[in-house]
Amino acid sequence: MSNYIKLIALGLVTLFAAIGTNYARDLAYQVHAILVMLIAGGLFIWTLRNTDEPDILVDRSGEYMDGVIRYGVIATAFWGVVGFLAGTFIAFQLAFPVLNFEWAEGYLNFGRLRPLHTSAVIFAFGGNALIATSFYVVQRTSAARLWGGNLAWFVFWGYQLFIVLAATGYVLGGTQSKEYAEPEWYVDLWLTIVWVAYLAVFLGTIVKRKEPHIYVANWFYLSFIVTVAMLHLVNNMTLPVSIWGSKSVIVWSGVQDAMIQWWYGHNAVGFFLTAGFLGMMYYFIPKQAERPVFSYKLSIIHFWALIFLYIWAGPHHLHYTALPDWASTLGMVFSVVLWMPSWGGMINGLMTLSGAWDKLRTDPIIRMMVISVGFYGMSTFEGPMMSIRAVNSLSHYTDWTIGHVHSGALGWNGMITFGALYFLVPVLWKRERLYSLQMVSWHFWLATIGIVLYAASMWVTGIMEGLMWREVDANGFLVNSFADTVAAKFPMYVVRALGGVLYVAGAVIMCYNLWMTVRRAPAKEASLTVAVPAE
Amino acid sequence: MSKTPEKQPGDPKTTGHSWDGIEEFDNPMPRWWLWTFYATIVWGVIYTILYPAWPLVQSATAGVLGWSTRANVQQEIVEFEERNAPLNAALVATPLEDISKDPNLQQYAVNAGGAVFRTWCAQCHGSGAQGAKGFPNLLDDAWLWGGTLEDIVHTVAHGIRNEESDEARYSEMPAFGEILEPEEISQVVQYVMSLSGAQTDDAAAQAGKVVFEDNCAACHGEDGKGDVTQGAPNLTDAIWLYGGDEKTLTETVTYSRFGVMPAWQNRLTEAQIRAVSAYVHQLGGGQ
Repeated sequence: MSNYIKLIALGLVTLFAAIGTNYARDLAYQVHAILVMLIAGGLFIWTLRNTDEPDILVDRSGEYMDGVIRYGVIATAFWGVVGFLAGTFIAFQLAFPVLNFEWAEGYLNFGRLRPLHTSAVIFAFGGNALIATSFYVVQRTSAARLWGGNLAWFVFWGYQLFIVLAATGYVLGGTQSKEYAEPEWYVDLWLTIVWVAYLAVFLGTIVKRKEPHIYVANWFYLSFIVTVAMLHLVNNMTLPVSIWGSKSVIVWSGVQDAMIQWWYGHNAVGFFLTAGFLGMMYYFIPKQAERPVFSYKLSIIHFWALIFLYIWAGPHHLHYTALPDWASTLGMVFSVVLWMPSWGGMINGLMTLSGAWDKLRTDPIIRMMVISVGFYGMSTFEGPMMSIRAVNSLSHYTDWTIGHVHSGALGWNGMITFGALYFLVPVLWKRERLYSLQMVSWHFWLATIGIVLYAASMWVTGIMEGLMWREVDANGFLVNSFADTVAAKFPMYVVRALGGVLYVAGAVIMCYNLWMTVRRAPAKEASLTVAVPAE
Repeated sequence: MSKTPEKQPGDPKTTGHSWDGIEEFDNPMPRWWLWTFYATIVWGVIYTILYPAWPLVQSATAGVLGWSTRANVQQEIVEFEERNAPLNAALVATPLEDISKDPNLQQYAVNAGGAVFRTWCAQCHGSGAQGAKGFPNLLDDAWLWGGTLEDIVHTVAHGIRNEESDEARYSEMPAFGEILEPEEISQVVQYVMSLSGAQTDDAAAQAGKVVFEDNCAACHGEDGKGDVTQGAPNLTDAIWLYGGDEKTLTETVTYSRFGVMPAWQNRLTEAQIRAVSAYVHQLGGGQ
C-alpha cells in the first residue's frame, strides 16, 4: 500500500519538475529541475518494479543500523577532499588572480567558488560527519536501533541531494547571498524536510533507548539538530519571485536582516560546528582513550551555559555598523562570558586523558583528537577576544577573521572528524585494526603543519592590513590605498595556499588508508552489533 | 567497540552510569574554571552598566559613561576638521599658481590630495598613479587635456565625457569603420605607427599619410602631435592609452574610443579638488 502512495508522490514530483524544466526562468533552476526530474523519475521506475514483490520480513530490531553510517563515513571523506581542494584552489586564486580563468568567468571565479568551498566543508563534510556519527553514537549509547526504519536512509540521501543542489546552484548563480545560507528557497524547503526527518530519527531513537539516562554526547547532538532547524527557518524567510525561478526576496530588511543573518551565522558556528562536534568529542575521546569522562558536573554546567549564552553572541559580527550600540555591547558581553563554558568542553576532553597520557606516544588517533581539542580551546579563546570592540575595530574585515575560522574548522572540526573516521572504519567494516598507523601519523603532521602555516600567515596579514587601513597622518588623512594592502599581502597568501596543500595531502592519505583498511586489513571474527544496554 | 575503561588505582568515584562502556567520574568542576566563569559574569554586569546595553521599550540604557560609537567618530571628525580648517581655507583662497610658493600649504595640499587620490582615483589610475589600459598614466608629461594646475583642476572638477557636468571635457573621435574602407584603415594605421618610429610597411604608410591628412589631421594636427584643447592625443610619442600595436590601433580607428571620467565637483569639496590636483601636478609631469 505504501508503495502506491510513494508512486503517486514520485509521479507528481517528476511531472512538476518536467514542467519546471520548460518554464524555468534561469539556468540554476532549469538544471535543478532536470536533476530532480531524473532522480524522481528513476525512483518512480525503481519503486514500480519492486511493487507487489513478496515482502521478505527479517526482524532486525535487535541489531544496530550500520549500513547508513558506512555510507555516511564514505560521504564525509569524499566531501572533505572536495571541500579542501576547492579551498586550496581559491586560496591560489587570491594569490594569483590569473587563475580566475577568462573562459570560466561567471562560473569558476572566486566569487562563485568561495561559497562552494565554505558549504562543502561546513555542510557537506561537517554535516555528513555529524549525521553519521550522531547515528552511530545515539544507537550505541541508547542501546537501540535507529528509529523509523528506512527514514535514516532518506535523511542520508536527502542530505546528499541538498548538497548537490546547493553546490551546483552556486556555480550557476542561484544564491540568496546570505553567508553560509546561500541556497535558494526550494533548496531551503527541501533541507527543512530532510532536517525534520533527521530530528525524528534521532529523537525517536532516544525515546526508545534502553539506557536509563541520556548520554552527554546526545544532549549536544540534540541541541545542534533543534537549534539549526530554528536558525534555518528564521534566516530563510523568503518569498520566491516565481515558482519557476530560483530568485527569492527575503522578508527581513535593513539592519534587522543583518542582525538575523549574523544571529544565524554565528549560531551555525555555535551549534553546527561547536555543539554538534562536542557531541562527537564526548563519545570518541573516552572510547579511544578507554577512560571515563573527567567530570559529569562540568559537562552538565558547561552544556547549559554554552547553549544559553551562544545564542546571544551574534551581534559581535556587526560592531561599528548600523547596528545600535546597545545590541553590539550585549553581543560582546555574551561572547566574553561564553569563554569559560566553551572551555568546559576542552577541559573535559583533555582531562579525560589523565591516566592515559602515555597513549599520546603510541596512538596517533588520540594525538589527533587531543590536538583537535587544543585547537578548539585556542579558537574559543580567540573568538571572545576578537568580539571585544577595541580588538574588533582592528580585526574586522581583515584576514585575521579568516585565520580564526580556519584554526577552528581545520584544527577542531577537521581533526576530531578524522579521529572519529579512524575509529569508525575498522568497527563498521569489522576489521581488527587500521591498515597503517604510520599513515595516520603522516596525516597528523601534514595537517598540523598545514594549519600552523594557514593560521600564522593569516594573523600576520590580518594585523598588517588592519594597521594599514587605519593608518592616518598628522592631518587625519589615510596613508594607504586599499590596493596597497592587497599588494602587501601577497607573500602571506602564498604561504596560506601552501598550508592548504599540506592539509589536502593529509586528507588524501587518510582516504587511501581507510580504503586499504576496508580492502586489506584483517577481518575481525566476532563483532558486537547487537543492541545491548551497557548496564 | 567492546572496549571498557581501564580502572586505575586512585581513580575517583564514577556516577555509576555506563553507556557503551563509557563512564563518568564524579569530579567537581575545576575551581579556576568556575571562578573565572563567575568573574566574566560579574565583569559582564558591570560593563553593561557602564556602556549602552539593555533594550527598553522605546530606547536602550545609555550607560553611565555616556559612550557612543557615533558620537566618538563624530568627535574625531570634528577634531580633524577644526585643525585643518585654516589650511583648507587658505588652499581655496590662494591663487592656484601661488600654492606651491608656500611650502606649508604645498605640503598640506600634497598630503591631503594623496589621501583623496588613494580613496577615489586609485581604482582607475592605480594606487601609484601609473594608469592602466584606457586610464592615463599621470606620472609622465603627456597630457590629453593639459597639464597645468589649472587644467588639472578643471578636469578633476568636471570630468571627461560625462553627463554630470555641462563643462565636462568633451570630444568624440568618429568610428572610421563606417567612413573608410578596410584598406584605408590599414594604411592609416601603418602611417600612425611610423609617426612614433615603429617598424612599418613603407608603401602602406605612404598611402596612409593621405588618408591621415584628409581624416585625422583636423584634430591630431598635420604633424600628428595632437591638440590638448580637444583632448586629441599626440601620436608621435611612444605613449599609448589603449596600445600602439597594429591590432589595437586598427580597433581604435575602426570603432573609436570613448573614455569617461566622472565629475568630482559634487562629491569633493573645492579644497579637496585643489589638493588632489596639486598632488597629481607634482607627481612628475605637471606643467
